[in-house]
Amino acid sequence: MQTSKVKPGELTTEGEPTHNNVIRSGEIVCQEVTKHFPENSRPAVDHVSFKVAAGDLVVLLGPSGCGKTTLLKMINRLYEPDQGQIWIGKEDIQTLPVNQLRRQIGYAIQQVGLFPHMTIWRNIAIVPRLLGWDEEKINMRCNLLLELVGLSPTYLGRYPRQLSGGEQQRVGLARALAADPQILLMDEPFAAVDAINRERLQSELLIIHRKLHKTILFVTHDVEEAFRLADKIIILKDGQLIQYGTPVEIVVKPENEFVAELVGSNNLLRKLSLFDVQSLLEAKQYERHNSFSKASFTSIQPQENLRTALSMLLESGAEQLHVVDNKGKSHGVITFQDLHRLLFEQFTSPAAELE
Amino acid sequence: MNLLEEVIHYYQTNQAGFWQATQQHLVLSSAAMLISLVVGLPIGIWIAHRTRIAQVTINIFNSLRVIPSLAILFLVLPYLGLGFTPSLVALTFLAFTPVLINTYTGLRGVDRSVIESATGMGMSKKQILFQIEIPLAIPAIVTGIRIASVEVISSATLASFIGGGGLGDFITRGFALFDVPIMLVGAIPVALLALASESVWSIFLFLYQKPYAA
Repeated sequence: MQTSKVKPGELTTEGEPTHNNVIRSGEIVCQEVTKHFPENSRPAVDHVSFKVAAGDLVVLLGPSGCGKTTLLKMINRLYEPDQGQIWIGKEDIQTLPVNQLRRQIGYAIQQVGLFPHMTIWRNIAIVPRLLGWDEEKINMRCNLLLELVGLSPTYLGRYPRQLSGGEQQRVGLARALAADPQILLMDEPFAAVDAINRERLQSELLIIHRKLHKTILFVTHDVEEAFRLADKIIILKDGQLIQYGTPVEIVVKPENEFVAELVGSNNLLRKLSLFDVQSLLEAKQYERHNSFSKASFTSIQPQENLRTALSMLLESGAEQLHVVDNKGKSHGVITFQDLHRLLFEQFTSPAAELE
Repeated sequence: MNLLEEVIHYYQTNQAGFWQATQQHLVLSSAAMLISLVVGLPIGIWIAHRTRIAQVTINIFNSLRVIPSLAILFLVLPYLGLGFTPSLVALTFLAFTPVLINTYTGLRGVDRSVIESATGMGMSKKQILFQIEIPLAIPAIVTGIRIASVEVISSATLASFIGGGGLGDFITRGFALFDVPIMLVGAIPVALLALASESVWSIFLFLYQKPYAA
């Protein structure tokens, strides 16, 4: 994971003139949204309703053809729903001028779609220029964004084809964040990137999300990716919303056989690998055990997954693992019993809190 | 005297006529190119977003393309008579097809994901056309212009048959007199002009694409 020197405050543009800001909220509400393509007999999206709280990272998960991309594209009106309504905050998006709406929603896609004849600077500057920002402000913004996505400012003068796939996707992310939108739509952005870079990009997206508190709707068919990133997951099948909940809820209480199979609820080790230590600690409501002896100190970092935690428990023979972050701060302990409880019993809030 | 000396000698004794013919040739070719661009580019752009119409239009022009240039000259003769105008019409027709088809294929060839992200970012159709699609189609469009220009410069020699003037006059004259040097006084400059046009457009394309090519 990499650390960035960017401070959170620098990345928001508060005090912006609001004359062309049509979106002021990061909350998304879909109500009975339906989309039917003439060439198919069943609707691509079938009476889907959900609400995404501002600042949440919500993953739309499902097999190909389940309607997740169609649903995403209705939020920035690349597709128009046949029925139902979509609100962002208090605004029905149908009532907003479509290009103004899109300029205030970040959009990143799998093929990145960078403009090959424009430098990285010009690519990132597209939306800020459409919004009429002055050159100096765009320059500052470009530098900040490149730093945020972990690229050196020397990239600004290069062209997309001179960058690797992973670097292009970083630029794609920077471009989506360019005008500081409240909402980010991401359509399988990391699917075409190699495994090592994908994991790196996922970590960085989480860091960016934590820093900027954007509402992110993230489409993927990759279950591991969904569990790694999501605050909440929406599971879709044949255009219908099957389940909407936190990763823990979905694994522990899958709505039906389809969900259970999709997320591998029957495979214990797989199930464990979907959670990180942090989430178990949260599930335990930070029950802190202060009675550990320093002699038998086996520690684990909060972002490790629970399969690793289990192996460490087995290897060390210790009864509990102390959760210590890389700054040496203690976050509590987890025990074998906790793992057992996660898999077979219900934790009470906050992790199992239902919508 | 060897052949080359004869060619030079003929040129020196007929300088005024030669430069007048060259000028006619260039005016005729440029005018034909200009008209095809003014008409072909907008139509190519317009049909690029209309698949149905595009298919019909392109099929029509592709099938008309098989008519030899000389035949076109004689086909327009009854309607437009002799001289500059019928020559211009025939050459314009010749240049029009590559310009139109390359404009169309160039615009259609722009990566769909690029258009999708431009749309998703809130660019208007006009902004996408002028800032994204046309700049990215320039290599294909310029290739069409290059092909058309070479074709027009070499075919403009045929204008001589219907009194259109140009360097073709020397070729027809040389042919009539069985005089190879006179033919070459027309043929060599035409070949050089065609090559020059080809080079200019190729260099332009190279410089245009150089910054962003991988």
